[in-house]
Amino acid sequence: MRIENHPILTFEKGKMVKFTYNGKEMEGYEGEPIAAALHAQGIKVLGYTYHRNRPRGFYCAIGNCSSCLMVVNGKPNVRTCVEKLTEGAVVETQKGRGELK
Amino acid sequence: MIKTDIVIIGGGPAGICAAINAASSGAKVLLLDRDSRLGGQLIKQTHMFFGSQKQHASIRGIDIPEILSKEMEKYKDNIQIMLDTTVLGLYEDGILTVEKNDEYIKVKPKSIIVATGASEKFPAFPNNDLPGIYGAGAVQTLMNVYGVSPGKSVFMAGAGNIGLIVSYQLVQAGVEVKGVICRGPKYGGYAVHASKLKRMGVPIMPGHKVIYAHGKDKLEKITLIKLDENKKEIPGTEFDIETDVLCISTGLTPLGELLYQIGCEMKFIREFSGHVPVRNEELETTVPGVFVAGDVAGIEEASSAMVEGRLAGLCCAKKLGFENPDYDSLKEDYLQQLHDLRSGPVGDSIRKGLAKIVV
Repeated sequence: MRIENHPILTFEKGKMVKFTYNGKEMEGYEGEPIAAALHAQGIKVLGYTYHRNRPRGFYCAIGNCSSCLMVVNGKPNVRTCVEKLTEGAVVETQKGRGELK
Repeated sequence: MIKTDIVIIGGGPAGICAAINAASSGAKVLLLDRDSRLGGQLIKQTHMFFGSQKQHASIRGIDIPEILSKEMEKYKDNIQIMLDTTVLGLYEDGILTVEKNDEYIKVKPKSIIVATGASEKFPAFPNNDLPGIYGAGAVQTLMNVYGVSPGKSVFMAGAGNIGLIVSYQLVQAGVEVKGVICRGPKYGGYAVHASKLKRMGVPIMPGHKVIYAHGKDKLEKITLIKLDENKKEIPGTEFDIETDVLCISTGLTPLGELLYQIGCEMKFIREFSGHVPVRNEELETTVPGVFVAGDVAGIEEASSAMVEGRLAGLCCAKKLGFENPDYDSLKEDYLQQLHDLRSGPVGDSIRKGLAKIVV
């Protein structure tokens, strides 16, 4: 959910761009972190762990903890809490360690 | 290879202030930050600061980076800023390796100021890894920087200043805060923050902790238990609260990896919430020419981080032969400011920590 009215803050947003999440078309603001764009759409599960297949969301949101790793434009292990959203980005849930191509 | 007098790692309050003071003393400075803007965690702090005028009291944290950037502008001939730049390693020959835009770059400075800050701690309980369980700083970033609400309702674990302030900010952003807990018999933050929350109807519940998180793919419910005055669980007092977000604000721990790598002597100091470098009054570590400032030197407030940054910048520059004409009076002023910030009962544990680590 987006915060529309805030007593102190105004949010500077980039232009609205389209991207895909697991093949589904979505919209978000250019330049915001991918995880924020997904969270605004109610998507909290970003990946699944290697050993126990446990769901992973973000935790620190500043690129520290690696809990938010996803596959972006075919590249695995992208920290989506700090990776900026771009027009046409292809974002996918990461399962396990991901594969380098 | 980039060569410079002083490299500063981290562009938060400590790092920016270090850059200003090193540059104003005449040293060439390279300021590195992995984010795409300077300010560190100030960029999400919508509350007004305490301390005195010199540390920007009664100004909102989010407005401080701009004030500092203007000050930095005066010395722009001496300051080079590299953003989106992550330091990968800090080696014993004094060379740093950094990554920017997938490029691998080496930097050779004469001295280094490490101002890498801190990261959030994470309490242990079953299912503590469920999506929907977020650090308090993460919730702040999401809602205050990007305008995205963390969820429908939030439960806050931890009632220090961060827990109280973030709870208040959640209410401001229109999110329901179901309660704030802490393990001890009284909240740890300032009464001014706690009172604001209470007036808004948010229950503050000392003597509780989270023992279980429930949910299939994401958080749905938490189980709490009451604690006695010795923070021991009281059997039979468990109860559940439905919430889709659990916010963790149980403290920060210093990010000292680079200091270990270059060989600084480190000590665990409980009062500073982790391993911190042994250093002298001028903030120089046991490795000559490597200085520290801010949370990496021990968890404190942004106000003391700014003063430490100024002190480290001033002293680091002098050691390289760039002596500020007002060196003595500035140094005395910074030490006095730190002393004042750490005085009184609030500064008790900081003073105890310092006594163990400053040589």
